[in-house]
Amino acid sequence: MINGAQVLMESLKREGVERIFGYAGATICPAVDALAATDIAYTLVRTEQNAGHMASGYARMMGRPGVCMVTSGPGATNLITGIATAYMDSIPMVAITGQVQSYLLGRDIFQEVDITGACAPFTKHSYLVKDANDIPRVVKEAFHIASTGRQGPVLIDIPIDIQQQMIDPVYPDSVDIRGYKPSVKGNDVQIKRVAEAISAAQKPLLCVGGGLFSAHAQAELVALCEGARIPVVTTMMGLGLLPTDHPLNLGMIGAFGTPTANRALNTTDLLIIAGARAADRAVTSPKEIASRTKTVHLDVDPAEIGKNFSTTVPVVGDVKVILGQLISHRPRAQSDAWIADLQARRQAEPRPAAAPGAGSVTPSYLMHALGEKLGDDACVCVDVGQNQIWAAKHLPMKHGRFLTTGGLGTMGYSLPAALGVKAAVPDRQVAVVCGDGSFQMFENELATLKAMDADVKLVMVHNGVLGLVHQIQFSSYSGPFGVDLTGSPDFEALAAAYGIPSARIADDGQVDAAIDAMLTQSGPYLLICDVDPMATTSST
Amino acid sequence: MESKEHTLSILVENTPGVLSQVSRLFSRKGYNIDSIASGATEDPKVTRITIVMNGDDATIEQLAAQLRKLLCVISVKVLSTEDAVQRELVLVKVKAETKDKRDEVLQIVSVFRASVVDISRETLTISILGDENKAGALMDLLADFGLMEVVRTGIIAIERGVRTIYEDTKESGEFNYGKNVL
Repeated sequence: MINGAQVLMESLKREGVERIFGYAGATICPAVDALAATDIAYTLVRTEQNAGHMASGYARMMGRPGVCMVTSGPGATNLITGIATAYMDSIPMVAITGQVQSYLLGRDIFQEVDITGACAPFTKHSYLVKDANDIPRVVKEAFHIASTGRQGPVLIDIPIDIQQQMIDPVYPDSVDIRGYKPSVKGNDVQIKRVAEAISAAQKPLLCVGGGLFSAHAQAELVALCEGARIPVVTTMMGLGLLPTDHPLNLGMIGAFGTPTANRALNTTDLLIIAGARAADRAVTSPKEIASRTKTVHLDVDPAEIGKNFSTTVPVVGDVKVILGQLISHRPRAQSDAWIADLQARRQAEPRPAAAPGAGSVTPSYLMHALGEKLGDDACVCVDVGQNQIWAAKHLPMKHGRFLTTGGLGTMGYSLPAALGVKAAVPDRQVAVVCGDGSFQMFENELATLKAMDADVKLVMVHNGVLGLVHQIQFSSYSGPFGVDLTGSPDFEALAAAYGIPSARIADDGQVDAAIDAMLTQSGPYLLICDVDPMATTSST
Repeated sequence: MESKEHTLSILVENTPGVLSQVSRLFSRKGYNIDSIASGATEDPKVTRITIVMNGDDATIEQLAAQLRKLLCVISVKVLSTEDAVQRELVLVKVKAETKDKRDEVLQIVSVFRASVVDISRETLTISILGDENKAGALMDLLADFGLMEVVRTGIIAIERGVRTIYEDTKESGEFNYGKNVL
């Protein structure tokens, strides 16, 4: 007989878990104790939210669920933002929380919260385990649910007495959940309709999102857009699906997108949305577009069809499989003139240029230079705010990853996500782009960065304000209020306190040399770049 | 699009918290429930929930799709008034302090084929089975006497003919959930 915590660890190992991000506390102690006896690696975070973000970054690179484990009560509530972020970005995750004794549930005892209840709106599913004999099945189901269909977080809440319950476990080989049968293959008739629509189109457009990363469908995307001659626009979550300089890549759509991408969206005669929900930030007037053009929506989640966009031809299934089915029809659009026009417009878009001597760093130039200098398969973890928009607009992607939270937009995501990425793919170059606001939301994780001695390069755009809100307050409200970051520390001294080298620059003339110096160092590094607080996401 | 009354039949696993999972989805997505009724089916492990709500067709389809995403949900069917039999049980306690008034109430009750389930010197309690219109019309008339209490079970509904909700379960393969047809 072994205890529930040992059964939990054995179940996790059977799912191929190699690493857990977490924070210990009283009610999760049996699980931590059992973890210590395994070869599963453990990363201690400095606040539970970041265990979620690290599991998210890890999952996005591994292509399977990241695992985080925290204690009950405040540990669990702190993790909520991490879980909600993964939910909105459709990232597979299994979150494990300790819970008070099952026979005391409902009495509001020390560190008790109804975490499965609290997380219901943003978990794909959750379990409150009341018998250790259920643990093997629950874990197997949790990994299946998190990693299939539309991916997302699954929560397992385990009372401490269940972790201590002695049982003879029986481990299931397969999963059968009556209420969970995600579609994989697209309907053949619908696929044929899409193929015919493509061949009849003169101005087809593919709009791709994060779902293509989830489905590992990059090769199919390249084959379809090149074979069928369809230009491509992306959502923020789809950045990096194609290299920025791919001749058919028109860049990102939306309020912060490229002029060419938005022009294409507004003039296409066949819009194919794949693995994207095309929410408000990406498409500001879905009704207008849907009323004017034929729309195809390819998504694994049937509830996305028609949610933000009315659709002429919906296809539900795994987008990698669907694109494969489509390619087999060999559709080819009559799109040469359309592509030539869009490519000319794309070429004519202004390029980020350095303005040396101005006494501040030009954000667009900084992002451009950083992207150019990063390695071919670098992973850039981008925070939220102006830094996110500048990076999305101006950081050229090659064959690496652009990892940000496009869904929930959680400030403080970048560094913990980067640490998860580094844990997943230690040999790849990893950089963080953040602002001085978002930096102060994750700065406690500098300790984790140091503890992991992770080779992560942090680039901070520093302007002393919460830039994006500051910008909106200027354009739409009575003026800046409550966004001045007065009281911020000397960031170089702070980095030094953690034993992390840093540099600070305040002019475009220093950008190239500073990035080169950062990238030639090994180990963590912070580059602080002073930008003008009045610089906006539309200025350069 | 036109907003009208819809009846949603939902088969769910009979597990703790399942009713709150389903009802929470409505509030989360910003929809109001007009009536909700829930009870076990021929399989004790399966509960059937009937929900009546207002909305346009697209809204209802979207909601049904969201409901199907819940793992506790086995099947969702939107029933139309033409294709389904609908019933609701209403209990009404009405004032009737004199014999004349009691007689008058009894007459109305008999016309509506309702039944008196309790009687006291000052009150009559009436049970009526029917669709919403019938209960509404009866209550309208009884209101003249003074309604003291009204309690309704909420609408339950079942399809006419051979069709059943089991044709639309997630297990049955290519139905609306994956049929790719709007």
